[in-house]
Amino acid sequence: MAGLELLSDQGYRLDGRKATELRKVQARMGVFSQADGSAYIEQGNTKALAVVYGPHEVRGSRSRTLHDRAVINCQYSMATFSTAERKRRPHGDRKSAEMSLHLKQTFEAAVMTQLYPRSQIDIYVKILQSDGGNYSVCVNAATLAVIDAGIPMRDYVCACTVGFVDETPLADLCYAEEGGGGSSLALALLPRGGQIALLQMDAMTACKGVSKVLDEVVRQHLQDVSVLTRE
Amino acid sequence: MASDMRLPVLRKAVSVSSAGSDRADHKDLVVPGDVITSDPGFMRGHGTYIDEEKLTASVAGEVERVDKLICVRPIKTRFNGEVGDVVVGRITEVQQKRWKVETNSRLDSVLLLSSVNLPGGELRRRSAEDELTMRDYLQEGDLISAEVQSVFSDGALLLHTRSLKYGKLGQGVLVQISPALIKRQKTHFHNLPCGASIILGNNGFVWLYPTPGQQEEEAGGFYTSLEPVSLADREVISRLRNCLLALAAHKVLLYDTSILYCYESSLPHQVRDCSSRTGWRLAALCFDSVVDRQG
Repeated sequence: MAGLELLSDQGYRLDGRKATELRKVQARMGVFSQADGSAYIEQGNTKALAVVYGPHEVRGSRSRTLHDRAVINCQYSMATFSTAERKRRPHGDRKSAEMSLHLKQTFEAAVMTQLYPRSQIDIYVKILQSDGGNYSVCVNAATLAVIDAGIPMRDYVCACTVGFVDETPLADLCYAEEGGGGSSLALALLPRGGQIALLQMDAMTACKGVSKVLDEVVRQHLQDVSVLTRE
Repeated sequence: MASDMRLPVLRKAVSVSSAGSDRADHKDLVVPGDVITSDPGFMRGHGTYIDEEKLTASVAGEVERVDKLICVRPIKTRFNGEVGDVVVGRITEVQQKRWKVETNSRLDSVLLLSSVNLPGGELRRRSAEDELTMRDYLQEGDLISAEVQSVFSDGALLLHTRSLKYGKLGQGVLVQISPALIKRQKTHFHNLPCGASIILGNNGFVWLYPTPGQQEEEAGGFYTSLEPVSLADREVISRLRNCLLALAAHKVLLYDTSILYCYESSLPHQVRDCSSRTGWRLAALCFDSVVDRQG
């Protein structure tokens, strides 16, 4: 990758963005009618689909039931066609398990699980096209899906990946920037209180930008649906 | 067979002012994390929480204020049962002295053996033999209609079928829609004049079945007729089902009158067209006619 510089002298990145610019975000809630909540989000070229079922009775092993709060069950998987080379093992490999655990920890901090004792909330996220920032896009998609399902949350959970090039933070990394050799950190944040759900870092402005976009999506969806609902 | 494909298009944003301009009250929409008020005089209801003395919303929906109580009602939620609701549910488990019923709520509902009508009279004592033959009455996968007797502290519902109109459901069609679309009425059992009967469960499960010929008095709710249903009845039920799905897709409140209007508007179309784009248009027509007739 010699000769490819992540940040040019004029301040432009590989895809023409400035250092603190986010990728274009397009999202829609309520994609599936059969699930309790669903959302589809595109951040640049990364596309993710999130589906939420619940809260419902704990199926499978009864031993996982918690008497005072709900169990959150997350599954992260990537479609076989999501990467440049066809993925051999879409789910069940170590990276997916680690991502699922991170998602679970993130949402356990935000969802008010103590309102649903002895029940289970399932969150399934699938990456349809991977171009960097997989974890962040999953968190954003899952937030929208949880809001669509009507499950109470303290606040939105917004996430973004940030990298560094010569003391300049780059917001919302794409695949080439992630693998470019520099470090990249993912931050999941509850924007209004500034509470961090997963990692600590000092470039919080990127997440606030994402929260504005997600906010817009939910407000628009609310307006659309509330106008159609009549008494 | 014609297939229907809808390509994704950019939807026109609906503005609140254009649609409900004649309504005096405007809807107060909030999202999770929005501060509703900092006034300590208000009590918090469902969908809100207190964060540093500020009343904050925890779901996305509209704010409902009743005197000093503020709650936020989400657009879509699982069924929250109240005492007296009529529900249609499916048996998931047969346990020692009770059945577990799935009713689209956040925990499975409970139907006790002592809350059902067994043949032999209502006040018959439950013996040990009844416990062993529970599976003869209700098995896993059976559909029942029941009423909510009470609500447990964790939110699970206690059901009962202690009336002849409740019990196991026989031949018919189940339609699953959102519980928010079912209007609360005095009765949820209707015999529609078009030739079918309907049970509008408060939990969003709607049961369509052919109107029974004569009422069986000794049935006790567990007799299911297995006689073949005529083609005319089946067509009526299929048409009703498609009407229900079209109305649900357009978020029209469901009750016997709105379903009937939709059915009447759909008569000129073929049954299989009702679930496609014509169905969507006719649901919009029906919605307009419902609004017009209500004045």
